[in-house]
Amino acid sequence: MADTICRTLRDGGLEGEHAPALTIKDSKASPFGFDVFNYVLTQLSNYILAGKSQSRGLVVVAYSRSPSFYVDLLKRRGIDIASSHDWIHILDCYTDPLGWKNWLIDKDISQEASSLSSFCQDVRNLDKLYSLIIEQGKGLIGQGKDRFSIAIDSVSEMVRHASISSVAGILSNLRSHDQVSSIFWLLHSDLHEIKFTSVLEYLSSMVASVEPFNQAAFGQRVDLENLSMLEQNFRKGKFHVRFKRRNGRVRVMCEEILVELAGIKFTPVLSEDEIINQRLLPKRYGFVQQVQFNLQLSEEERNERAKVVLPFEHQGNGKPIQIYDGRRSLGENKEEALVSTGKLQPDEDSGKGQIIYFRDSDDEMPDSDEDPDDDLDI
Amino acid sequence: MENQNLNLLDRALGLDGPSEPWPLSGRVVLIEDCVETSGSFVLHQLVKRSLSPTSSNVIIFVAFANPFSHYDRILRKLGCNLVTQRDNKRFIFFDMLMLRCPDVDEGKSSEGGLVLLYEKILKTICGLPGDKKDYVTIMIDDISLVEVAANGGSDYVLDFLHYCHALTSEFDCSLITLNHEDIYSSMERPTLILQMEYLADILIKAEPLSTGLATDVHGQLTVLNKGTSHRLGRSGNKIHNFHYKVKENTVEYFYPGSRV
Repeated sequence: MADTICRTLRDGGLEGEHAPALTIKDSKASPFGFDVFNYVLTQLSNYILAGKSQSRGLVVVAYSRSPSFYVDLLKRRGIDIASSHDWIHILDCYTDPLGWKNWLIDKDISQEASSLSSFCQDVRNLDKLYSLIIEQGKGLIGQGKDRFSIAIDSVSEMVRHASISSVAGILSNLRSHDQVSSIFWLLHSDLHEIKFTSVLEYLSSMVASVEPFNQAAFGQRVDLENLSMLEQNFRKGKFHVRFKRRNGRVRVMCEEILVELAGIKFTPVLSEDEIINQRLLPKRYGFVQQVQFNLQLSEEERNERAKVVLPFEHQGNGKPIQIYDGRRSLGENKEEALVSTGKLQPDEDSGKGQIIYFRDSDDEMPDSDEDPDDDLDI
Repeated sequence: MENQNLNLLDRALGLDGPSEPWPLSGRVVLIEDCVETSGSFVLHQLVKRSLSPTSSNVIIFVAFANPFSHYDRILRKLGCNLVTQRDNKRFIFFDMLMLRCPDVDEGKSSEGGLVLLYEKILKTICGLPGDKKDYVTIMIDDISLVEVAANGGSDYVLDFLHYCHALTSEFDCSLITLNHEDIYSSMERPTLILQMEYLADILIKAEPLSTGLATDVHGQLTVLNKGTSHRLGRSGNKIHNFHYKVKENTVEYFYPGSRV
């Protein structure tokens, strides 16, 4: 399913259509959004390099990590951009986003830009940022009808320096630019009002949410009981994706996330039956039971259970009903009173206690006007 | 590192391995505490470990909370002489106690003050000899007082922290900060501390036991070590939880139920 997202971004948009836009959102309880972002970035880069995508270039707007981080990340995934980077450009909004280094008295400290990345030193000016992104993108694809993709590693950081409406404006403008093939961004939902998250979700054709594996464990003080759940939450999560189709239909899919040494992995969600079967397979199949009590019945237990006569009227086997009063064993005493439907059996032995049961439902016609609760004295 | 008595906190932070390269290089550590369980002892422990004879670390200590004499007294009891380290240029102390950034005029804004503080830190790092420049640890005690110094401007504080974070990438230094979680607990959306948690690679939480007060246990530490990618590859996410007791000259760390 994560691959479905990547393929959608790879395929881009049709002529005259807005580019597909993906929002990746996470929260403190399950902070794997950045891992998902890196996964999508790597996949899209692979598609671009292989010539399989609509876009021919990628502009990474880096707010939360340095350009060297992305160089190292892609290198570890087998993509060496240090030596060949005519298809990617990193707009560095991380190193000096507010131009503080310009204020420094000693300018020798300032850094030099490289051909792979360029500085943005005023992230408050989103118009300027928009122009920089388009300019860098066009620089990658040259003249012609080719398109490029855009990745923004933190719109949460972007909105710290600008208003919600201006952030929505720039994203909408980027999405509708005819040379933008696809765009995706990361958002930490607990840092913002619901309004901002909703605005971004409306702008997106795909919304991928990372949620905690164990919702109950979040927010509580750590103790021995919830520690294992917290540990699970720290390595696993749930991945929900909502796709908005062209025809207006919305499709929701779900996967599980596992964060490993090699990176993030997506696995299909086990259905409830599969989970229960995994836990309750009996020992004879060689699986270790994961619960501490036995829910299975042995052969002997099953037979004993079948022998128990239920103390209800209808045994359901067509034979006359035998009522077991709990004092004598079954079939032993033939003097036992037999009750059939609708008849009253008087007790022959007046010395013993008996329950005499009158079936009202066969004697009386049901009266729909009568409220059965009328006799209650409340 | 191998010669010293390593405790559970050292192990949780990965300080039980070789001291070169320093395991916390390029990483951001956030210590969160509250009134019932102060986390300052974690900061002191990290000062002691950073200044161990087997490491080459230099600490830039930005102190908003206490004067030098306070830390000197505590670290002496832990077996570390801060005066000597200061003289050896391994412990550089920025006294921010007057809640004013250095050399700032009355008219300058809060943001201007933090810019100057950042510039001072940057200049200090650049002024170090070549072999020491790669082994810098920046410690800030504590962020809530930085917010006070900035007249409540948490946005400026976040900007300052962002620039400090950029230093970890530029110079491979570590950034260790302390903040009080309970200050923000009444807020609907405690943006400052949440942003700090997102920035942090390692989160150390000092909090009371869920069962309440105890005489033999002063609190519990939870260390969330995010397996962030760094140049050595990626380490897995790990979570550690253990109890502690703060004594006069040391802090004892132990797993729940392991003490008689």
